[in-house]
Amino acid sequence: MNPLELAGARPGPAFTVTFDGRRIEALPGRTVAAVLWAAGITSWRATRDGGRPRGVFCGIGVCFDCLVTVNGRPNQRACLVPARPGDDIRTQEGTGHAH
Amino acid sequence: MSESLTCDVVVVGAGMTGAACALYAARAGLSVTVVDRGPVAGGTTGAGEGNLLVSDKAPGPELQLALLSLGLWAETAKELGAAVEYEAKGGLVVARTPEALDSLRAFAAAQRAAGVTADPVTADGLHDLEPRLAPGLAGGVHYPQDAQVMPALAAAHLLRASGARLLTGREVTRVLRAPGGAVRGVRTDRGDVQAPAVVNAAGTWGGELAARAGVLLPVLPRRGFVLVTEPLPPRIRHKVYAADYVADVASDSAALQTSPVVEGTAAGPVLIGASRERVGFDRSLSLPAVRALAAGATALFPFLSGVRALRTYAGFRPYLPDHLPAIGPDPRAPGLYHACGHEGAGIGLATGTGLLIAQSLTGRTPALDLTPFRPDRFPRTTKETAR
Repeated sequence: MNPLELAGARPGPAFTVTFDGRRIEALPGRTVAAVLWAAGITSWRATRDGGRPRGVFCGIGVCFDCLVTVNGRPNQRACLVPARPGDDIRTQEGTGHAH
Repeated sequence: MSESLTCDVVVVGAGMTGAACALYAARAGLSVTVVDRGPVAGGTTGAGEGNLLVSDKAPGPELQLALLSLGLWAETAKELGAAVEYEAKGGLVVARTPEALDSLRAFAAAQRAAGVTADPVTADGLHDLEPRLAPGLAGGVHYPQDAQVMPALAAAHLLRASGARLLTGREVTRVLRAPGGAVRGVRTDRGDVQAPAVVNAAGTWGGELAARAGVLLPVLPRRGFVLVTEPLPPRIRHKVYAADYVADVASDSAALQTSPVVEGTAAGPVLIGASRERVGFDRSLSLPAVRALAAGATALFPFLSGVRALRTYAGFRPYLPDHLPAIGPDPRAPGLYHACGHEGAGIGLATGTGLLIAQSLTGRTPALDLTPFRPDRFPRTTKETAR
């Protein structure tokens, strides 16, 4: 079942973002987390302690588990940040401030 | 169906102070029950930074209590240090102007005479201790005794180590008194707990608990915000704050005061304080307060201007009119002991407070003179007497 049909959504034309350099399609209005999920990607962060995989947990901006690096800026909540054409989304390792 | 429990001492409050009272009382051989209307560390403990400080205290009874407490924290850390994120990181107080440096140095000299290690730091020396500090500061003082814990973890682990029976989600509705006035336990919304001694470690709620025992203790809340940054690799080594902070801590003003206090944490985020306002228990976010915090912190550490603040939280420091806690037996209610009103220093002062309470409970001579902390030192106003 496609959730777009369930909601009767008629989004505008798709655009492209990249995840770790790979091009993926994004529909306007989706958050970074929604774009990644729609592309089958569920993990985009490695924890500071132990490097364990993390993605969306609460999905509403509370838990800070879905932190991701977007356009060079780490620690953005994927569940809140809207995807924009050309966004460079990257897996965040630890604090994202390695350098 | 309510149950009735019996023990040697009931500690009301499962925050840092209650946890320390439970630990030292249990070590003195008493059976302890801890009661809290909320969860462990649900009040001021969970809203603090976990400072164990001597640096911000002028010579006097609070500094003596801090010195006693820091020694006890270091002992506790041998066993629980990693679990409670204990860091003997030291404090660095910086002065922005030569005038501020003069008064800071004079303050430090008085502290040294009272047993504090306080090493003057030159303007150049500041950057050896904290390489990312702003240029152009006048100098500072290094306090190697200052330390830090993660307060919610500390309260939880001390409670566990105490072996006390823990009753959370239970409100004490009344402190039970025998006809002669002696305390005989507490009534909760789910049954009584019988005990010949009750310790008021209820923090900002300590005044209300005292009232439920029939005595006056004028504990009031002083709000503070903490700004939390995104997690960073270790970049700030000490607890760093501006010399103005000491004046703010001692102030009686109700208006908003902020002075930058900046520290890294074991988990990565940098914590930025400290604001003080007397606004009752109003929890709503104050943009002027957090804006002032951010401005003060970036003035001390310019790199923070490129760091994201992820969230902010508010807490209420429990303070008494003379800025000293109430510690010890209450002569107005035999069997009632107070351990509250530590304002913003309660995490640091908890261990000493716990030891003093345990010594009082078991009839030993307290390690410090409790006279300055007497709970009955606040006279009733004429209006209250009339009621």
